[in-house]
Amino acid sequence: METFQYEYPAQVPGRAQVHVGVVGSGDLEVLLEPLPGALAQVRIRTSVDGYGQVWQNVLDRFFTRYHGAVRIEINDFGATPGMVLLRLEQAVEEEQS
Amino acid sequence: MEQSTETGNPPRRWDTRGREKARRLAAVAPWVLDKVLDPERIVDALERLVAPGDRLVLEGDNQKQADFLSRALAQVDPRRVHDLHLLISSISRREHLTLFERGIARRVDFAYAGPQSLRVAQLLEDNQLEIGAIHTYIELYARMFVDLIPNIALVCAEQADRQGNLYTGANTEDTPTIVEAAAFRQGIVIAQVNQLSDQLPRVDIPGSWVDLVVVADRPFAVEPLFTRDPRVINDLQVLMGMMVIRGIYQRHGVTSLNHGIGFDTAAIELLLPTYGQSLGLKGRICRNWTLNPHPTLIPAIESGWVESVHCFGSEVGMEDYIRARPDVFFTGHDGSMRSNRVLCQLAGQYGVDLFVGSTLQMDPDANSSTVTLGRLAGFGGAPNMGHDPRGRRHSSPAWLSLNTSKAEIVRGHKLVVQLAETFQKGGEPVIVDSLDAVPVGQAAGMPIAPVMIYGDDVSHVVTEEGIAYLYLAEGPEERRAALAAVAGATPVGLRADPRRTAALRRRGIVAYPEDIGVQRGEARRSLLAARSIEDLVAWSGGLYQPPARFRTW
Repeated sequence: METFQYEYPAQVPGRAQVHVGVVGSGDLEVLLEPLPGALAQVRIRTSVDGYGQVWQNVLDRFFTRYHGAVRIEINDFGATPGMVLLRLEQAVEEEQS
Repeated sequence: MEQSTETGNPPRRWDTRGREKARRLAAVAPWVLDKVLDPERIVDALERLVAPGDRLVLEGDNQKQADFLSRALAQVDPRRVHDLHLLISSISRREHLTLFERGIARRVDFAYAGPQSLRVAQLLEDNQLEIGAIHTYIELYARMFVDLIPNIALVCAEQADRQGNLYTGANTEDTPTIVEAAAFRQGIVIAQVNQLSDQLPRVDIPGSWVDLVVVADRPFAVEPLFTRDPRVINDLQVLMGMMVIRGIYQRHGVTSLNHGIGFDTAAIELLLPTYGQSLGLKGRICRNWTLNPHPTLIPAIESGWVESVHCFGSEVGMEDYIRARPDVFFTGHDGSMRSNRVLCQLAGQYGVDLFVGSTLQMDPDANSSTVTLGRLAGFGGAPNMGHDPRGRRHSSPAWLSLNTSKAEIVRGHKLVVQLAETFQKGGEPVIVDSLDAVPVGQAAGMPIAPVMIYGDDVSHVVTEEGIAYLYLAEGPEERRAALAAVAGATPVGLRADPRRTAALRRRGIVAYPEDIGVQRGEARRSLLAARSIEDLVAWSGGLYQPPARFRTW
């Protein structure tokens, strides 16, 4: 079990509270909620150790396209980076719908 | 008139193979009645029928196995039978490699070694096994008629009569080809059968091609290799399936195709009656298939999407369903399916417009391989379907849609689609700077790296990030940029320049889901026409009978 925290600059306010995914094998849940200020905070709890760099790469890419001021909490159970990105994108789609 | 040479040598004989065959068969005559060999004598018989150094085909592909004969061959005395040259489609059983450990066989030419790939690599390292080459199926059969003509063929069938006529049932697969290669050049053909019968349901191989039949101690082994449980398909595979249907099948109007084995392609099959239907694509795509009878195709068949399916082999549990759908599947007058691996591979090479399959590794030039360090798995049939056949001369809208030249004389191109999630489970990147196949090939002393699909044949790469329309790229450097644009957070993907990617998207060389109208939020398992094996049974009206290992109820 490892925990990571990351911060990214934000340009637009977060819009809604959203929950997608499940903490099942190979999957993860993403909780997203608006955060006052101009910052996005991400907190990841993962069952798989040793992938800090991969998480950072996935989030770096995600935050080149998304600029909301939100708190994102990720509870991961061995999801692939592809699945992580899908859940993040789904959370954003839902937030903006 | 007989001629003799000036050196006084005796005249050449032209029937040595036939005479040798007659000599060997005479040696086992006491144990044979009509063409039926006493099963108690099988090991003794093989010691007399097989000679050191023989080239021997053992029927064993990724599905059915002449396992009674392979187990018997592994018991012969290596002092009598040794240094055989084994030809086998798929090295899949323990005893296949016992032959090498005991010195009965020395050299092997094969196409696939999935389950035994670790042991193959080990025996090779220990110098107990020599590899001629790793082939695709159709290549290996082709060589059986040229420079790898067999002396002995050991095959299997469901039933035989006393004259040696064989009924293979739905799993005809490779048998007629192997038998033909041996029988017509005076090789010895031995068939193990599940039972003797006076009245065969149909004759798949005529008795005059077969020398001996022997009743096996148990029915020949057959694996349900093409069954994918929809329960295991995840949302990401649904997303990739949606992209394939929308961004490739619809865009190019793909009506004839082959799917590789995997959960990615199973997802596509299960999205046709739901997502495909919602796009109004029924009848416009995916009509004619070269494909094993995948249970996950049942909902598309039942929804009226599928006109025809020609099969390499059968699939355990699908027999009754196929029998009840003769308008779709190739079936004999007895009602059971007739498969044929060679003809289906040929159909998959020249007859269909698209191949789509998954890979374990892909390099920046889109070369892909399922070989990983320490394993020599081989290829099976994928490279054959997964290439552009340059001998093709008929046109179709899909094939011609890949032409990018305005010259007077042009050709189309097969759609060769590779699916790859950018990372495997466990965090290993799939898109890598260099394939493991390169050092594995070097370590095995192979003259070329064991590449499954060559990058220059690949027209489209689909990852969870998007589609790279490689055939549209101008030059190798732009191809690499297009692939990197969908390579996600892999080292290759991290090098992609975002401005370059944006330009490639504007020019339609790269498409992200939103560029082709695919909603990520829709990518959920609930979109699959069947979400479990039980659902597939229900779709089939109870005709599909899944093997026990797939039953959870």
